[in-house]
Amino acid sequence: MILNDYLILSTIIFVIGLIGVLRRKNLIMLFFATEIMLNAVNIALAAISKFHGDLTGQMFAFFIIAIAASEVAIGLGLLILWFKRRNSIDLDTLQSMEG
Amino acid sequence: MEGFLYTALFAPLVGSLIAALFGNSPKKLFVGLITSGLLATAMIASLILLMHVFSTEHTIHVTMMDWIVIGNVNIPFGFVVDQVSVVMMVVVTIVSTMVHIHSIGYMDHDKGFNRFFSYLSAFVFSMMILVMSDNFAGLFIGWEGVGLCSWLLIGFWYHKEDKEVVDDMYNSPYSTLSPHSSISPGYAANEAFIMNRVADLGMLVGIFLIFWNIGSLQYDVVFAEIGNLGHGLIVAIAIFLFIGAMGKSAQFPFNAWLANAMEGPTPVSALIHAATMVTAGVYLVIRANEIFVVVPEVGYFIASLGAFVAIGAATMALVATNMKKIIAYSTLSQLGYMFVAAGLGAYWVALFHLATHAFFKSVLFLGAGNVMHAMNDEINIKKMGGLKKYMPHTALIMTVASVALAGIYPLAGFFSKDLILEVAFGSHAYILWLVLWITAGLTAFYSFRLVMYVFHGKENWSHDKEDDNYQHPHETYPFVIAAMAPLAILAVSAGWMEHSFVEMVTKVLPVLDIHVSTGTFWALVAVTSAIALSGIAFAVYKFNKDGQYYGEKMKDTFVYRLLANQYYIPYLMERVIIKPYLEMSKVSWKEVDLKIIDTFVDSVAKTIYNMGQGSRAMQTGNLSKALKWMTLGVVILLLAAAAAGNLK
Repeated sequence: MILNDYLILSTIIFVIGLIGVLRRKNLIMLFFATEIMLNAVNIALAAISKFHGDLTGQMFAFFIIAIAASEVAIGLGLLILWFKRRNSIDLDTLQSMEG
Repeated sequence: MEGFLYTALFAPLVGSLIAALFGNSPKKLFVGLITSGLLATAMIASLILLMHVFSTEHTIHVTMMDWIVIGNVNIPFGFVVDQVSVVMMVVVTIVSTMVHIHSIGYMDHDKGFNRFFSYLSAFVFSMMILVMSDNFAGLFIGWEGVGLCSWLLIGFWYHKEDKEVVDDMYNSPYSTLSPHSSISPGYAANEAFIMNRVADLGMLVGIFLIFWNIGSLQYDVVFAEIGNLGHGLIVAIAIFLFIGAMGKSAQFPFNAWLANAMEGPTPVSALIHAATMVTAGVYLVIRANEIFVVVPEVGYFIASLGAFVAIGAATMALVATNMKKIIAYSTLSQLGYMFVAAGLGAYWVALFHLATHAFFKSVLFLGAGNVMHAMNDEINIKKMGGLKKYMPHTALIMTVASVALAGIYPLAGFFSKDLILEVAFGSHAYILWLVLWITAGLTAFYSFRLVMYVFHGKENWSHDKEDDNYQHPHETYPFVIAAMAPLAILAVSAGWMEHSFVEMVTKVLPVLDIHVSTGTFWALVAVTSAIALSGIAFAVYKFNKDGQYYGEKMKDTFVYRLLANQYYIPYLMERVIIKPYLEMSKVSWKEVDLKIIDTFVDSVAKTIYNMGQGSRAMQTGNLSKALKWMTLGVVILLLAAAAAGNLK
């Protein structure tokens, strides 16, 4: 396995996440998709760190995992509040202004 | 002493602001009293300063505050009271105090009473700035200030309708025989303002030239260094400064506005268009004498133009029946005299004539105001007559002022005017002398023609209330006469102070360097007095004999029509300048402005508006669409970054 393989894997996962963000309307699914994108980045960071013998990338990946976790916690809290109010977590119902 | 300086300067401003507070309210007598009182304060302060400067020979120079300080440029708000400016201050404050008091009577029934006093005091403040400033920038501020106030006051009765320009010279506003001084007050005001702006451009160029080449506008610095400049440059500076002076002092070809400015209230004509503002041009030449001294050829041009204007204006006054225009032309003519003196290097003589002229001309105008007030705003002297019986005091004062104007010993005009003739003769400018000598005779004649028509002879109006010409002439208020008395006294006596005046102002102005032998001197005095006396005598004799001056035959002659139509200058102005300019403006408005500039500006706006209209669609408020747009943006940015990376 060379570095490129990891990066290709990372790109594929990132694109999957991106498509999820673009296509999905359910907010929980959107969260999943963003998590997938973040983890795609993590893979790339960890792989580059390993191949270059520099631990900074892996440390960064840890930071991202921590931030992703806290983001999910806050995001889910907001989602529950939203659901209580609107009885729906469809992205299109979040619209309150017309352009 | 600085306190007196600031009092003299700012008392009129305070008065103006107080009056402005009541600008829109109905007449309040105390507004007139307060402004007059403050003007009197300024007058007393100026007189104290005059005594101080005269007795101690000590000038006062203060810098009130910094104004423009950028890099090496330093133009402060500085004021100087020296032998020249103090004379101007005294003249301005005396005349304006008396005019303020006179106006309380004259504007008695006017709706704009409070507004009038606000403008009048603001004018005095601007004039004080003009004469007291210690640099050209301050002078220019005052210069524009008096221009503005003049505009406000000429157009004071702005609501009057425009009169039609007709060919009949007894009704056309372009003729001096008609009852109309100009097309309308608003027109006259704009004419004066615009004509002055044109001339002011010349003055600004002169000031810029000074600043570029000397780097300062302070009088003392400029005058100390002016000699170091090239001769051509000094000539240019002198010419450009004089163009400004020509505008303000209504010298040809900027003369038309002064006579038309007679549309304003008469006290305004007395103060602004006779005694003070129009002399600002003369003051500029006197103040900048050290520039003009270096270039005698420009001085000679100034003198020639002055003489030309003196006789041109005097001839126009010969046939006019519009009372105010006669006096306005006499002002123009006397300004010509002042420029002759200044142009020939006799600066103190010019200043002396300026001062004496201010007194007798203002009182002449104020008298005309009394007459018009009594005659229900009648302005045609041929519709007056016999008023001596009804207005004895005004008649006396105006006769005295006319004698002073004619230059009869021992009244003020004799001393100053005779000196100018002596200067012209002594400078070997015999043609100028001849022109001025003839003008002196004409002056005496037209002044007394006016006096005879107004105060003597048969009454050309009717006591009958049913008649169109019904008039009820009455003498004005006693306090108005009392306000005119000091000016009349000065018109008589100002000349007697010649000796002390010369002693004082020659501390700053060049001494007269003219030598005429005693015999020649007395001969000059004799011929000048002779022509003035014969002018008066002819006016009186002819009137008593025929009751009028020009027969019907004479009125058909070309010369008469030429003079009555002001040498056709108004027509010339209209056809050569106003109409082509109007056409040019219309073309640049309809063709250039609307079609080129507006189209360009509008298309810029329209493009942006259309872009907004088009891109509005992407703002739906829907988050998933926004996410898509965001992704698209990121992709474009990535591609752009990649492309930029490749290009490197």
